[in-house]
Amino acid sequence: MPAILFNVRFLLQQLCLLAVLSVLGGCDLGPSNIETATEQQILHFGNGAEPKDLDPHSVTGVTENNIISALFEGLTSPNPKTLAPEPGVAASWTISDDGKTYIFKLRENALWSNGDPVTADDFVWSWQRMLSPGMASEYAYQLFTVKNAKPFNQGDISDFSQVGVRALDAKTLQVELENPTPYFLSLLTHYSTFAVHPPTILKHGAMDEAGTLWTRPNNFVGNGPFTLKTWRLNYIIRVSKNPLYWGADEVRLNEIAFYPVDSALTEERMFRTGVLHITSTIPVDKIAVYKRDYPDKISINPYLGTYYYRINVKNKPLNDVRVRRALAMSIDRDNIVKAITKGGQIPAYVYTPPNTQGYYATPGQLKYDIAKARQLLAEAGYPDGQGFPEVELTYNTSDAHRRIAVAIQQMWKDALNIDIRLSNQDWKVYLSRVQSLDYEIARAAWIGDYPDPNTFLDMFVTDGGNNQTGWSNPEYDRLIALAATQTDQQQRYATFRAAEEILIDESPVIPIYTYTRVQLKQPQLQGWYPNILDQHPYQAAYIEDAN
Amino acid sequence: MIRFFLSRLLQAIPVIFIVITVTFFMVRAAPGGPFDAEKVLPPEVIERLNERYNLDAPVHEQYFDYIANLARGDFGPSFRYTNRSVTEMIGAGLPITFELALYAIMIALVIGIFAGMLAAIKPNSAQDYIPMSLAMTGICMPSFLLGPLLVLIFGIWLQWLPVSGWGYAPGDKILPAITLGSTYAAYIARLTRGGMLEVLAQDYIRTAKAKGLSTANIIFRHALRGGLSPVVAFLGPAIAGLLAGSFVVETIFQIPGLGRFYVQAAFNRDYTMILGTTILLSTLIVVLNLLSDMLAVWLNPKLASGQQQQ
Repeated sequence: MPAILFNVRFLLQQLCLLAVLSVLGGCDLGPSNIETATEQQILHFGNGAEPKDLDPHSVTGVTENNIISALFEGLTSPNPKTLAPEPGVAASWTISDDGKTYIFKLRENALWSNGDPVTADDFVWSWQRMLSPGMASEYAYQLFTVKNAKPFNQGDISDFSQVGVRALDAKTLQVELENPTPYFLSLLTHYSTFAVHPPTILKHGAMDEAGTLWTRPNNFVGNGPFTLKTWRLNYIIRVSKNPLYWGADEVRLNEIAFYPVDSALTEERMFRTGVLHITSTIPVDKIAVYKRDYPDKISINPYLGTYYYRINVKNKPLNDVRVRRALAMSIDRDNIVKAITKGGQIPAYVYTPPNTQGYYATPGQLKYDIAKARQLLAEAGYPDGQGFPEVELTYNTSDAHRRIAVAIQQMWKDALNIDIRLSNQDWKVYLSRVQSLDYEIARAAWIGDYPDPNTFLDMFVTDGGNNQTGWSNPEYDRLIALAATQTDQQQRYATFRAAEEILIDESPVIPIYTYTRVQLKQPQLQGWYPNILDQHPYQAAYIEDAN
Repeated sequence: MIRFFLSRLLQAIPVIFIVITVTFFMVRAAPGGPFDAEKVLPPEVIERLNERYNLDAPVHEQYFDYIANLARGDFGPSFRYTNRSVTEMIGAGLPITFELALYAIMIALVIGIFAGMLAAIKPNSAQDYIPMSLAMTGICMPSFLLGPLLVLIFGIWLQWLPVSGWGYAPGDKILPAITLGSTYAAYIARLTRGGMLEVLAQDYIRTAKAKGLSTANIIFRHALRGGLSPVVAFLGPAIAGLLAGSFVVETIFQIPGLGRFYVQAAFNRDYTMILGTTILLSTLIVVLNLLSDMLAVWLNPKLASGQQQQ
């Protein structure tokens, strides 16, 4: 009997196997996204995470920016190659001699996606919304260069007519600034300064109400080259070409599909099987493989961001500037970028990334110099690390941060003979500890909001919200305030350079490397130019087979 | 028997209530808040956000407000996704996770019971060792290893199946279901084997054998019902585990299910979303356990009387 059963079992097994194989074999995968994209002009975009919302006045973040820049257009629009501000909704503008008054002429043919004209009043209304205290907008400070914008946002004045923005007529907008701000036109390419369609907002809630349903596909009205087609939570967002966009003739893509893929490994597999044209990142261990085997599919470009360590200067032994300098001088950054990060990152000895809109900080201040570092530590009272208490290095959970921290721990041990305890924290715990200065050394990163040294340097003024080191220097504060009033770019940069010299000399921060943007990109994606903000106006992009 | 189920049902209510209360206070006690970000918000902005989400009220008031809203079926707005309510997010994610869990448990049952039966028929032979070793491997292999492995073989080398998505391309549900189901298939195989061996040693099976019934007849007609009762008891916790544990598979295969929302909510300190999903999942676990108890009693009425005597 068992022999018969065995045969039955064997037969069953074979049948099952056959069934499975025929089902699988019958599964014709069909052409991949990438294969059909060229004809359909659909860009498949790995976008990292689900956006918080698509309201330009209530979001922050790269993920949201990638989508919002398809759905809206500001007064100016970044040049795809250089990011220099070019006419967007504004066809032209004039700037007063003192650099404080701008008059924008809006395009006659700038329309909302429902056909309404985009007017100067829409911008005034939108900026009032952005600055309204009730909106609690995180990026309101982007408009603080506008006269009286800050007191209005903070509730010190309640009459918006005192804020320096008014519509001279339907298509003329006048903006008055607090100070001449050389990067003001660049700021206008940022979504926090974009206009929204007032009737649409009011249909779904009050002016200063965030989180209403106006950003849903059927309700949405925008003025960008694309308009919102579908939004499936945590799955896909599709935007399709907006035929009413003033420059629609130049737009070659018909559709962009944004995928919120939070795992870099999954994203890489999707790229490899032709689901995505471009990824938001790449697993570190894959960089070498792609560089070797598919160099045309990996893109590595400088990025406007600095990876650094923050030091809490309030407590011993790190309140001694000699100790901080010794730590800064004994990190072998070249080794870190070559052996650990591997993505072409640039070793950083200054805080502001090189060539931030033509700005370079003074080089060669705190070089990698172990002998000097040892000497400084000895001067501080810890010859050969003797008596140096164990110091804690905090970083948020991430394999990349851990590897760097372990390397630096060893470098400090080897060079200075001091002990570092590593402390790995969940992201929110890490943030709350850093903000309350409950740390000794903490890993940190800063990505610039706009290409200007100010976005890096003004954060370290005394009690600045993002300072978070307890460091304060009156001369530094004075220089940053001075730079805000200077119109001549060379003079401004000289002021920033002097300020940054103080920052590096005092070392409340230890820069480690300048970021690069490392992504996977199919060669078919054209009109996609590397730039330091990783912004890619979709008006220029198209899909074309490489050969 | 009815009294037994009623009492179980009544026990469930305080359990869920305790879960709500403990979760509510635990998420608020965790360091870091929903509005902490790398770029620090100005204090006045934090203040307004706290006001908007009722976080400026004393914690006990927040708690009573939350319970009051919950009684009306309102889970509140998500703190992270400003234009979504927790109800809406659960509504989007839960059906997908359910579907995934359903396929997974089907795969687990078919493979598990089949393998367990084979093993039990000829214990301590190759027919036993091979499926049971495979089952042990299945139990030991975590889905974050099995998933990428299957993707590598069937998605990237053979190019038979899509590597991501859910209902987007034909066949994209196969690999996630197998990945999620295989661990449970392994458990079920072991449970089936154990249950079957016990039943096959009973006197009535010996009688059946003595009467000259075929092995297939003995197995399917007489042994299976009793032999499967450990599997049935396991089903409730297994389905609950599938639902709550689908996060890894959902991440590997880019599936917009509830598991991903749940874990993201914890990382983001999205208080309302954490609470909403916890309440939902704990309710499901309680209900599914109850159902599997009912099924077990139906299969083996001795259990109910045993419970009542206690």
